[in-house]
Amino acid sequence: MNVFSEVGRYILFMRYVFKRPERGRMFWNMLMREMNLIGIESLVVVILIAVITGAVTTVQTASQLKSDSGVLPPSLFPMEIVGSVVGSSSVLELAPTITCLVLAGKIGANIASEIGNMKVSEQIDAYEVMGINSIGFVSFPKILAGVIVIPFLIVLSNFLLIFGGLMAAKITGIMTMDEYVTGLRSSFLPLYAKVLLVKSYVFSFIITSLSCFQGYYTTGGALEVGEAGTKAVTRICVTILLFDLIIAKLLL
Amino acid sequence: MIQLVDLNKYFEEKHVLKNINARFLPGVANLVIGASGGGKSVMVKTMVGLEKPSSGQVLFENQDFNNLEYEQQQVLRREIGMLFQGTALFDSLTVEQNVEFPLMMFSNMNKEERMDRVNLCLSRVNLVNANKKTPAEISGGMKKRVGIARAIALNIKYLFCDEPNSGLDPLTSRVIDTLLHDITKEFGITTIINSHDMKTVKDIGEHIVFVHQGQKWWEGSSHDLAEAQKSNPELDAFVKASF
Repeated sequence: MNVFSEVGRYILFMRYVFKRPERGRMFWNMLMREMNLIGIESLVVVILIAVITGAVTTVQTASQLKSDSGVLPPSLFPMEIVGSVVGSSSVLELAPTITCLVLAGKIGANIASEIGNMKVSEQIDAYEVMGINSIGFVSFPKILAGVIVIPFLIVLSNFLLIFGGLMAAKITGIMTMDEYVTGLRSSFLPLYAKVLLVKSYVFSFIITSLSCFQGYYTTGGALEVGEAGTKAVTRICVTILLFDLIIAKLLL
Repeated sequence: MIQLVDLNKYFEEKHVLKNINARFLPGVANLVIGASGGGKSVMVKTMVGLEKPSSGQVLFENQDFNNLEYEQQQVLRREIGMLFQGTALFDSLTVEQNVEFPLMMFSNMNKEERMDRVNLCLSRVNLVNANKKTPAEISGGMKKRVGIARAIALNIKYLFCDEPNSGLDPLTSRVIDTLLHDITKEFGITTIINSHDMKTVKDIGEHIVFVHQGQKWWEGSSHDLAEAQKSNPELDAFVKASF
């Protein structure tokens, strides 16, 4: 199946996602459940990834600026640059993109497998026979929950990346905390926050909608359910990186 | 009454249903019989709207299902219950929640009324003390019964059953057959059972549609089956092979 027909099928799929839910209360319950699954249950992995990535970025950037590194001429750049690099790369790239690539693996595979399993075990057919818009019923709460919760995770991840860098600077002694914070402040532009938020909402929509789409069109059995999860993650990652480039070009 | 008029279904080049005309009578157990791979399941799925016919009509009380607006189709679907071959119970919900599900979606009952209805349906299928179990914790026969209870939770007019006896031992199969027969009579619904089990035909079949290689080969009352076998070698071979 070529890319164009897949995109067409995705657009047709999305038409059914945003139909009014049959039962508001049931939709609300499902939304809360999904917000918990997507948000709370991803918290630990997001915290770990953010702190470690922030620390690694700081240590690696500082090591290249050290006078004895041989990478750059001695004392060409002040160490404040490290805070500046970590701060701007966190807001612009690491927090939204790395977090979402990790969440694609966790949430995307989970959603695609869950819906894929429902599809092959005829649960989706059961919704349809009952007169329920099955696409909207299983997908809308997941997509909405993702769009609400994932941006919070990304903003949290951004702060933790910076915090991780700060801790690394303090623990390893490669620079003072003052140097780090000064660099951090000097590099920040309000536009960066806007880019972060735009990326957050776009990426969270990509993660949840693509995984729902991939899961919904699963056919076959257990093997294909596993394949649906893998395909969903691959497609989400490629799409996120593509939109990362488009947003960066458009907004910066 | 449900009628199929010149129904055809293709999967790409493969002609699965070939110009089928059939009637399914109200208030009786209608059986669709035939060998595996003959098109029975596709026919039932086309009747409930899970597959779109390539041409032809599926008439519910003279309304063509596929010509109805989406919203009208959804309304009609609420009068349809279906027991799936693999039961299709929602595995994240308990037995009780599975049966309650259609009531929560489409009725204005309060919690107490819903529970009364759930318990009524579960007792009707002889399933007690399993309310809080999940589908993974119950046997195949119990799952079928929960599937039937869920299908009849709303006041349906049509009950479709896709291979209700598949994967069940002969004794449990007879229990399920009897249950389907009793429910059909008690609620006065049109039941369409897709089966290749001739014991089911013998026990509860009233109106039979024999499908062979995607074509309707024979249709008639169960009383006429023996007579039809004499003039219909394919039907005769199927019936004899089943015993």
